[in-house]
Amino acid sequence: MTDNDIAVRVRGLVKRYPDKVAVAGVDLDIHRGEVFALLGPNGAGKTTTTEVLEGYRRADEGEITVLGVDPARGDRHWRSRIGIVAQSSRDEAELSVAELVSHYAGYYPSPRDPEEVIAWVGLQEKRKTRTRKLSGGQRRRLDVALGVIGNPELLFLDEPTTGFDPEARRQFWTLIENLRTEGTTILLTTHYLDEAEHLADRVGVIADGRMIEIGTPETLGGRGARTARVSWLDADGAHEVRTDRPTAEVAALMARFNGEVPELEVRRPSLEDIYLELIASVGVEPAVLEGAVR
Amino acid sequence: MSTMTTTTAPTRTAKPLPTPLKVGLSRTGLEVKQFFREKEQLIFTFFFPIIFLGIFSAVFSGTEFADGVDAATYFTPGMIASGIFLTSFQSLAITIAMERDEDLLKRLRGTPMSPQSYFIGKIGLVLATSVMQFALLLVIAGLALGVDIPTEPVKWINFMWIFVLGTASGSVLGIAFSVVPKSGKAASAVVTPVVLLLQFMSGVYFVYGSLPAWMRTVSEFFPLKWLAQGMRSVFLPDSFEANEPGGSWQLGTGAIVLSLWLVAGLLIAQRVFRWTRRDAG
Repeated sequence: MTDNDIAVRVRGLVKRYPDKVAVAGVDLDIHRGEVFALLGPNGAGKTTTTEVLEGYRRADEGEITVLGVDPARGDRHWRSRIGIVAQSSRDEAELSVAELVSHYAGYYPSPRDPEEVIAWVGLQEKRKTRTRKLSGGQRRRLDVALGVIGNPELLFLDEPTTGFDPEARRQFWTLIENLRTEGTTILLTTHYLDEAEHLADRVGVIADGRMIEIGTPETLGGRGARTARVSWLDADGAHEVRTDRPTAEVAALMARFNGEVPELEVRRPSLEDIYLELIASVGVEPAVLEGAVR
Repeated sequence: MSTMTTTTAPTRTAKPLPTPLKVGLSRTGLEVKQFFREKEQLIFTFFFPIIFLGIFSAVFSGTEFADGVDAATYFTPGMIASGIFLTSFQSLAITIAMERDEDLLKRLRGTPMSPQSYFIGKIGLVLATSVMQFALLLVIAGLALGVDIPTEPVKWINFMWIFVLGTASGSVLGIAFSVVPKSGKAASAVVTPVVLLLQFMSGVYFVYGSLPAWMRTVSEFFPLKWLAQGMRSVFLPDSFEANEPGGSWQLGTGAIVLSLWLVAGLLIAQRVFRWTRRDAG
């Protein structure tokens, strides 16, 4: 693999704050054209890692290149090649959607067409509306419009769908899929496991400032993580077995109970289950986890 | 979003970036638009001196200050000076504090916009609003309140440099002071009292000579006093100079103090300005 195939390369990233070590040695490669999702509980180091890659913070240790450049030395030309959609924004309330999008287009050497981008995020009916009057979902779509107006090679999306209703999230996902189709590399941080499963080519799980696993949504958690689980209830209490042959297991149970099996359930772990197991395995407190999963 | 289409991505070539000046002028346009759309700014920064000039000339309508100078004439230069200080110092200190708190500055820092462009936008905003405010004050004072507007070129030359030094020093000090409020919400509450206090001590609302000596001494350390005195030299009759403390307009000293504040403000602003919130680490 040549350097041209790598959009982001991180080796041994360490970032300390006065009161704690936020990132304790993270390695990461993101390929060009890939959608990479960064998962992890609150305070795990996701935002710090992302902000180092975006050039907002300096790493204390480590080798970092983003589009071939050390973000700490990123100049205006480098900035014109990336796009950032940060968490919730409420700035520039008195300007209209069209005014903002075309103004930001003026920052870039080869921007996309503002009207096209407005239509693409579905805000053409709101183009003359001041941003103060947009709903949360509309404001988020405006943020994405501002993030992609410069036609970035690499787009950072920080928890883009927090607070969306399910329909708005589906629509938002379609936007991201379109970008991927066009070849934009995307680094997505999210709390929603189904979002990562739906959008990401690969997923990295961060906990306690360390990358505990990287894989495709299908292979995360290693071999066997997706094995079916059969659970039921009997006089001794609840039982659960992991098996590659759930049908045979159910047939055996039917024979044993001579008919209906109490509380019978057959399921395959979702990405969310696997993620929770991964996090639990490194000993993160459940209180932190709750925040992470919803 | 039902009619979703893909956009045509322009080819990424090594096109040059837009120049900081071009982006800065585009920001100026945006800043002015926002200023006139925000009611709070409009009332407390733009119309405030005009409203006060109206009130003061009505309240003291029977009072003659000296040499046929009536209330409207006496307070016009003070309100012009005050207006300059509001559109530069107060306006920038409050809006930049809010823009930092709302993460607008962080967003801008994440784009290829040059920091220079941001400041060109702010300076353009200050110039546009203070010129418009001054013009409006002049029209109202001259036409509605019967204030004599000077015609001698030398007075207008003095006006020019006092105006430029006043807006420039007010702007850099406003940029520096924007780091003081801890949040955007607190910005007005922190900045406005400072401005009010300076206005009272610098003789914007009273006859400067009638203020207690200690208060005049304190005000001499700050730019607004010199700005107001300079404006009095332009808009009050020459005979009024005798009523100034020390019997002089003190234009030379004023120029020096304002220039010192300009340089100090520039140095402090460069050191303390930040693009992210304080709690952002």
